[in-house]
Amino acid sequence: MSHKIIEKAGKTTKSRAAAMLHPERKVSAGERAWEENALAPTLEKSPERAHEFTTVSSYPIRRLYTPADLPDWNPEKDLGYPGQPPYTRGIHSTMYRGRLWTMRQFAGFGTAQDTNARFRYLLAQGQTGLSVAFDLPTLMGYDADHPLSEGEVGKCGVAISSLADMEVLFDQIPLADVTTSMTINSPAAVIWAMYLAVAENQGADWKKISGTLQNDILKEYIAQKEYIYPPEPSMRLVIDTLEFGAKETPKFNPISISGYHIREAGSTAIQELAFTLRDGIEYVEWGVRRGMDVDEFAPRLSFFFNAHNDFFEEIAKYRAARRIWHKTMTKRFGAKNPRSWALRFHTQTAGCSLTAQQPYNNVVRTALQALAAVMGGTQSLHTNSLDEAWALPTEFAATLALRTQQIIAHESGVTNTADPLGGSYFVEALTNEEEHGAWDYIKKIDALGGMVAAIERAYPQREIAEASYKYQLAVDRKEKIIVGVNDYVAEEKGIDILQIDETVATRQTAQLRKLRAQRSNSEVERRLAGLRKAAEGKDNLMPFIYDAVKAYATLGEVCDAMRAVFGIYEEVAIT
Amino acid sequence: MPDKKIRVLIAKPGLDGHDRGAKIIARALRDAGMEVIYTGLRQTPEMIASAAAQEDVDVIGLSILSGAHNTLCPRLMELLHGKGMNDVTVLIGGIIPEADIPALKLGGIAEVFLPGTTTQAIVDFIRHRVSTAPREA
Repeated sequence: MSHKIIEKAGKTTKSRAAAMLHPERKVSAGERAWEENALAPTLEKSPERAHEFTTVSSYPIRRLYTPADLPDWNPEKDLGYPGQPPYTRGIHSTMYRGRLWTMRQFAGFGTAQDTNARFRYLLAQGQTGLSVAFDLPTLMGYDADHPLSEGEVGKCGVAISSLADMEVLFDQIPLADVTTSMTINSPAAVIWAMYLAVAENQGADWKKISGTLQNDILKEYIAQKEYIYPPEPSMRLVIDTLEFGAKETPKFNPISISGYHIREAGSTAIQELAFTLRDGIEYVEWGVRRGMDVDEFAPRLSFFFNAHNDFFEEIAKYRAARRIWHKTMTKRFGAKNPRSWALRFHTQTAGCSLTAQQPYNNVVRTALQALAAVMGGTQSLHTNSLDEAWALPTEFAATLALRTQQIIAHESGVTNTADPLGGSYFVEALTNEEEHGAWDYIKKIDALGGMVAAIERAYPQREIAEASYKYQLAVDRKEKIIVGVNDYVAEEKGIDILQIDETVATRQTAQLRKLRAQRSNSEVERRLAGLRKAAEGKDNLMPFIYDAVKAYATLGEVCDAMRAVFGIYEEVAIT
Repeated sequence: MPDKKIRVLIAKPGLDGHDRGAKIIARALRDAGMEVIYTGLRQTPEMIASAAAQEDVDVIGLSILSGAHNTLCPRLMELLHGKGMNDVTVLIGGIIPEADIPALKLGGIAEVFLPGTTTQAIVDFIRHRVSTAPREA
C-alpha cells in the first residue's frame, strides 16, 4: 500500500530524469527505511501539493536527491576544482574572492548624447563596465532617415548612424580604461569598426582595449530575428571579425554566443544550453575551415546566458555549460590552450519573466535570478529593471537594479567561496541531467548537418515555439503560478515610466543631413566601392569596413553596400 | 446557426523581430477554431492593410514591443479607412505604456492587451466582438 503511494507520486520523475541516466536507482538501506518509515505514512496522511513537481522549463524534479542519484559520479573527475578542467566549479581558482563579476547594465535610448549621459551616470554609481543597447534601425542596418526607421529611432536603444554618433556616445569615456559590450549582430562588423575608430582617435591601444561584441548571427535566425543577409555571407562576416580580432585586438571578445534570446523566445533551459553551445561549435568549425588554428581564436569566444526564475535549474545550466564546452574544445577540436577550454559568460536576468502587473515584484524576481547567476559563476551580469514590462528603465529603476548586484556582492556572503552548491546531490544530479539533455540535442543537430542546416530546416525554431506554447498554456491553466498575474492579483496604481523624447528622430535626421553635407562624398563612394568589390571576393572585409566608416560612410550605406552583394534573408514564418 | 469561421490576421509591424507573442496568439486562435493568417516579420502598415483587405479578415492583431505603436497604429487605421474597412476589429498586444492606451483607443483600436493576458481572454474578446458586430455578407 505505502509503496504504491510512493511510486505514484514519483512516477513522472522516475520516468524521465532518472531513467535517462540510470535506469534503476540503487537505493541505500537507509533511504529505503526512510521511504517506508517516514515518507509513506506522511504521504498517506497528507498527500503532496501536486502529483508532479517541475522546473519552469517543465523538467521533472524528484522529492529528494541522494547518493542514489549520482551512481557513477566522481568528484575528482566530474567536479574537479575551480579554475581547472572540467571547470564545473568555475573558471578562476579564487572565483569572486579574487575579483567580483563585472556589473554591466545594458543601456541606451534616444540620441548618442542622451545615452552618453546615462553611461556617465552609471559609471559614477559604481558600475564597472558599459553595455550599449542600440535602437532597431541600427540593429537592422538602417540610418535614422530610412523610411522603415520611422517611429523606431532611439526607442529601444540609442540611434547610431555613423562614426560621428559613436564619437558623441563615448565622449569623455576613456576606452583604454572602460570595457564595453555592444549588443549588435548583423551590422556588428560596422559598429565595431566605428568603436575601433573612436579608440584610435582617443589614442587607446587596440592591443589593450577590451570589451565584447555580440556578433552572434546564428541566434538571430533562431530566436531574435534581427538578420540582414543570408546565413552564408553572415557567417563569413562573423569569421572575418574573429580573424581580425585575433590579430589586431587580442583582448577584445569579438563574439558573445548567446542563449539569452533563445530563452526569451520561449525555450527550455536545456534547449538554451544546447542550441547556444551548438552555435559555438558552428563558429569554431567555420573558423577552422577558414584556416585558423583553433587556439588562435577560441580563447576570445565568450558566451551569454539567461537567468530565469528556476533557481537550481539555472545554476545547473551554467555548470553544465562549462563542462560541455571543455569536452567540446578538447575532444572535438583538439584545442591545446587551456584558455580555449574555459567557457566565460555574461548573464542577464530574464526579461520575459518580468510582469507588467505589480511591477515592484520584479525587483524580487531579478534578485533571485541574479543570485542564481552568481552561484553559477558568471563573469558579468546585467540585472533588469522593475519597469521593463512597460518601457525602457527610468534612472531610478536602473539604479535599483545595479544596487541589487551590489547587495549580492557585498552583503549576501555567497561570494566568499567558489561554487557554494558544489557537491549538493540535487545540483550535481541536475547538472548531469542538463548536460545529458544538451548532448542529445547537439547530436541531433550534428546529424542534420550542423546549425546552419538545422536553421534552414527551422528545427531549433520549431522546438522553441513548441516549448513556448506549452509554457503559455500551463500559465493560462494556472499549472504554473505567476504572482500578480494569474494568482494573488490586486488592484494597482500605474508607475512612472521613461518617456522617449519624440524629437529624437528629427534631431538624428538633421545630424545626418549635416554629416552628408560636410564629409567628402566622393571619398565615401570610393571606399564603399572598394568594400563592394571586396565583398564579391574572399578578402577579410574588416579593413574595408573600417576604411569606409573612417570616411564617415553611414551605417546604412555600409550595410547597403553589402546588401547589394549578399542579398537579404527572409525567413519562412512558422506558427 | 452554423458560425462562419472568424478570420484573423496576426501581424508584426515595424523592425522588431521578437515574435514569441505573435506566434503564441496565432496558434491559440487557430486552436480556438479561427482562421489565422500570420504575416511574418517586418510588415509596413501598407503591407498589413492590403493583406487584411485581400484576406477579408474580421480581426487584425498587431504585436508591437518596440515602442513604435504611436506611429504605426494611426497609419494603419488611416489606411484601413481609406480602403473602406471600417468594420475590421484592430487589436494590439505587447509592451504599451498605459498612458498611450486612451489615444490608441480613440484612434479606433478596439483593445490593447498587455503582458500577462491569457490567450483565452483574447479568444473570448474576439468572439464577443465579432458576434455582436455582424458584418455584411
